[in-house]
Amino acid sequence: MTMTTTSATELASALQKGEITSVECTTAFLDRIGSTNPTINAFLSVDRDGALAKAEAVDTARAQGKPLGPLAGLPVAVKDVLCTTDQKTTCASRMLKTYEPPYDADVVRRLREADAIILGKTNMDEFAMGGSNENSAYGLVRNPWDTNSAPGGSSGGSAAAVAADMAPLAIGSDTGGSIRQPAGLCGITGLKPTYGRVSRRGLIAFSSSLDQIGPMARSAKECAMLLQAIAGHDPGDSTSLNTPVPDYLTGLEKPLQGLRIGRVAEHFGEGLDQEVAEHVEQTFAAYEAAGATIHEVELPHARYGVPTYYLIAPSEASSNLARYDGAHYGHRWDGTPTDDQGISTFDSPLVEMYCRSRAEGFGPEVKRRIMLGTYALSAGYYDAYYAKALRVRRLIRNDFTQAFKKVDLIGGPVSATPAFKLGEKTDDPVAMYLVDLYTVGANLAGIGGISFPCGFTKTNLPVGFQLQGPALSEPLLLQAAHQYQQTTDWHLQRTTAIPS
Amino acid sequence: MPTQDEATPTLTREDVIKVAMLARLALSDTELSSLTEELSKIVGFVSQLSEINTDEVEPLAHPLDSQNVFREDRPVPSLTTADALRCAPRHDEECFLVPAVLGESGSA
Repeated sequence: MTMTTTSATELASALQKGEITSVECTTAFLDRIGSTNPTINAFLSVDRDGALAKAEAVDTARAQGKPLGPLAGLPVAVKDVLCTTDQKTTCASRMLKTYEPPYDADVVRRLREADAIILGKTNMDEFAMGGSNENSAYGLVRNPWDTNSAPGGSSGGSAAAVAADMAPLAIGSDTGGSIRQPAGLCGITGLKPTYGRVSRRGLIAFSSSLDQIGPMARSAKECAMLLQAIAGHDPGDSTSLNTPVPDYLTGLEKPLQGLRIGRVAEHFGEGLDQEVAEHVEQTFAAYEAAGATIHEVELPHARYGVPTYYLIAPSEASSNLARYDGAHYGHRWDGTPTDDQGISTFDSPLVEMYCRSRAEGFGPEVKRRIMLGTYALSAGYYDAYYAKALRVRRLIRNDFTQAFKKVDLIGGPVSATPAFKLGEKTDDPVAMYLVDLYTVGANLAGIGGISFPCGFTKTNLPVGFQLQGPALSEPLLLQAAHQYQQTTDWHLQRTTAIPS
Repeated sequence: MPTQDEATPTLTREDVIKVAMLARLALSDTELSSLTEELSKIVGFVSQLSEINTDEVEPLAHPLDSQNVFREDRPVPSLTTADALRCAPRHDEECFLVPAVLGESGSA
């Protein structure tokens, strides 16, 4: 058994049967990280000692017949946006270069309780702002299928870690597509759960009404297994849903007979890559062959999703990131004077410390979004921009509500193109923002969405398919993706493009 | 002040300086120039929302039709002072230390 290419479900079974130990399994992934991460840069930090100590403890407990959690001994990679008490949490920002959180995120606490092995923290766009993982203060991430291409973002490190077999399971977060889009571009499966299904406590806040944590893995079945461990109500996040968590694994094997899948004509408009369009259409055909029916539905305001998102998310970010003040934690200006001709007069020494600490600690995209959000919320512009976007947000949500009266799920592309070249969009913020075209709707409406591989281009880049479903439709999303993966093997293809 | 039907809003360097002070960002000369151009472009892009008539639409601030969540008003253990101060760039035994709140800048 080559452990690094074996699914988490099979690893779990082999661990339970005693065919392998968690130390062996964890070592295999740590070694793979050791050989691959210098090229891919998917991990910002690797906790070799902590991971092996936990693996040994799990092996010992298992040998003694003690009860173990559902992920016992399985390695997991965690996006560096989630607070961990035993590892630095940087959010890929210079601002948090040395930050050691005083508490664990609820998701991290649940992973520990499930006896998972946390391998390390994955790279990302700084503060989860970006769609290419080129905005990390600690270097970009390379796509394992083409190391000159971007893995997508902002959970690019988690996606690349799974795609390159450095971890069988990974945690991502999705504010406008940050799980689904990198999953699509890296040829893996990623689920953005319904808003509130997973606690946001200890998730470093970007846009609090949009942020949601979710599972990333090779297959829908492994995503189901990981979601099972992290979903649930948390009194520490008053927006987490206080409704029972269903069993995500039992319904996976049900056939899709009678499932109604919506197809949105607008998804196939200008800008959609021809090869992507072909694979997406073939996926619809595969669903029809599996007993589903395809129905045209309309999302009339879908094309306003990106501008709506790029008012709401930066506005919430400008408020959330006000906490980085150089006083409580994070980077602080050391007082060195500068002769730059930019902003140089301040109301007081305290204000100068705030302004210079923030200017030094944040990278260009984070500054751009804080500026945009501050502008949209400022006196005289609030109604024209922020309040307007909130009104359009309701129209976007209403579109989904109407569509889900006719269909159970909506299918379509996850990204307009396969992975794009590194540097291709970095000079044009608006072009970069448009990579979120198909994904922001689910965040604005608070619904669920899953992305999974549905083919490869002629140049061997993965193509992703997205299914979106109403609130709390995770069982159906996972079942539909799993059933597709029972008759296709796109999700099992492994890359050979990583230079050794 | 822009109106909703203004087609191409642009930001001046003075606008950007004003917003940067609101955002507490000591932007450099170069950043002020690039952001003036980039923000104008982005604001122009998001302004396409003005095409939509939303006169009868209530704002939606949050995806959940959530209600206020109440809990018992009871003290529970929280971060200790030491834990809360541990990551502060400057602190003493019980307080965060910051430069003077009043007075001229340049003496931090």
